Amino acid sequence: MDLSLRHITHRYDEVEVLRDINLEIKQGQIVCIIGPSGCGKSTLLRMIGGLERPTSGEVLQIGEPPADCLNPLTYIFQDFALLPWRTVEGNVSLALEDHALSATMREEIIADVLARTKLADFRTAYPRQLSGGMKQRVAIARALSVRPAVLLMDEPLSALDSQTRELLMDDLVDLWEKENYTAAYVTHNLAEAVRLGHKIVVLSRRPGEIRDIVEIDMPLSARTGENSELESIQKRLWTLMRDEARAADRELLDAR
Amino acid sequence: MRDKTTGNQKAGKPVPFRGGGFLPKPKKIIAPIVFIALIAFWEWGSRTGFIGPLILPAPSEAFEAFMNLLNTGLLWQHLAASLQRLLLGWFSGTLLGIIVGTLIGLFSLARSGLQPLVSAIFPIPKIALLPLFIIWFGIGEGSKVATILFGTFFPTVIATYGGIDNVDRGLIRMGQSFGLSRLSIIRKIILPGALPAILSGARISAAIAIILLVAAEMIAAEYGIGAYILIAGSLMATDQLITGVAILSCIGLIFAWVIGKAEKYFLKWRA
Repeated sequence: MDLSLRHITHRYDEVEVLRDINLEIKQGQIVCIIGPSGCGKSTLLRMIGGLERPTSGEVLQIGEPPADCLNPLTYIFQDFALLPWRTVEGNVSLALEDHALSATMREEIIADVLARTKLADFRTAYPRQLSGGMKQRVAIARALSVRPAVLLMDEPLSALDSQTRELLMDDLVDLWEKENYTAAYVTHNLAEAVRLGHKIVVLSRRPGEIRDIVEIDMPLSARTGENSELESIQKRLWTLMRDEARAADRELLDAR
Repeated sequence: MRDKTTGNQKAGKPVPFRGGGFLPKPKKIIAPIVFIALIAFWEWGSRTGFIGPLILPAPSEAFEAFMNLLNTGLLWQHLAASLQRLLLGWFSGTLLGIIVGTLIGLFSLARSGLQPLVSAIFPIPKIALLPLFIIWFGIGEGSKVATILFGTFFPTVIATYGGIDNVDRGLIRMGQSFGLSRLSIIRKIILPGALPAILSGARISAAIAIILLVAAEMIAAEYGIGAYILIAGSLMATDQLITGVAILSCIGLIFAWVIGKAEKYFLKWRA
């Protein structure tokens, strides 16, 4: 299943936040969306998953999601969005409870995703007992449990410290190597974008427009350690963004 | 390994400590000691004549009055009458309050229609409405239960919709993103999220219920702690009055204890 964004424009009252965004998200591809803070990248992601409606334009779903898919467009949030009153397995189970699954089926799925995210030993722990990295792993397990066609990740690593971020990034790469998931990945971190993205979309500051789309052909598994090609791409992205970021930094937040 | 610049010789003075404090911890033995000391002082004052018998009866006299009440079996009659009114009024008031509070928390129509009404009626002392309640619900149990019901209803409504307003929007959005039904979101995300606020509302409404119980029983009740206190007061039997007040205080403590247990059980997910 592919996604296609056609002429997405959005305004809050009089302020234009996004202007004429056209973008294709192809199956098996990770599309990274980067841009200065407040450029509307998170808003755009909410539109892709149908949590917000653009003022004009549309998001099209091309092709059908696989038959066993329970929730085609599934989010992973920056703040994890775990229910504090449910245990690890309870949080995963939440996403499954509204679907017609037998208890044994549900149990199988939960055991499977917890094993895949190395959380099997933490089944009955509450979120407050877990570190930030573990919480995000739970959120990833929950997302995987509904067998999504496209993962929508909203700065999933931004609330974590840099070591944990490295570890989780490796997990995301491993997972992609195994399952070839499709993803839209919003971040402000250029290193994350060049490490994970097959396609990097650079947005300008408000109103967000696509400034450039950079495709990286190098396979994800090859993008480790020192890599001059990636570094030069990252530098290019930074020159693209620097002035925008500086201008965005000086804008008043409530001006919108 | 050690940093070479620190050296071995000790020069200079230690940095003065200025952190700590601002973290009161409950110490279990202190509370009983304070109680016992206070009552002992009171008893001593009464015996030595330092506290006149007219001003305040000795604790031992109040205890005698209590034993008297116990031996005649009147205690259970008073308690049963009061507890029945209290539980009936408080339970139904809290239940209705949670339902209406949830409606206000969830639906624009209920919010715009009912919230101003709640704000307007909440500050009215329900005791002032007691004569009206007597006309509406009869002079018997009805008016007394209704007073408690109305008194506990409004704070529960406010606590409930306040709690719902404070539920993390991110969690609700998460529920929507996984395609949960509206009912599931309410039942599994919104209500558990509002539960801490609802339970602390229950604490407040329990105290209000006891205050209103006594007020309602002071008008036309044969049995009940409030009636007992009223009769004692009009006879200037201050020992009985103190006994009645002490019983009320105990009821309040038991209520608070039960709610504390409920909090511990339902909110065990909190640190």
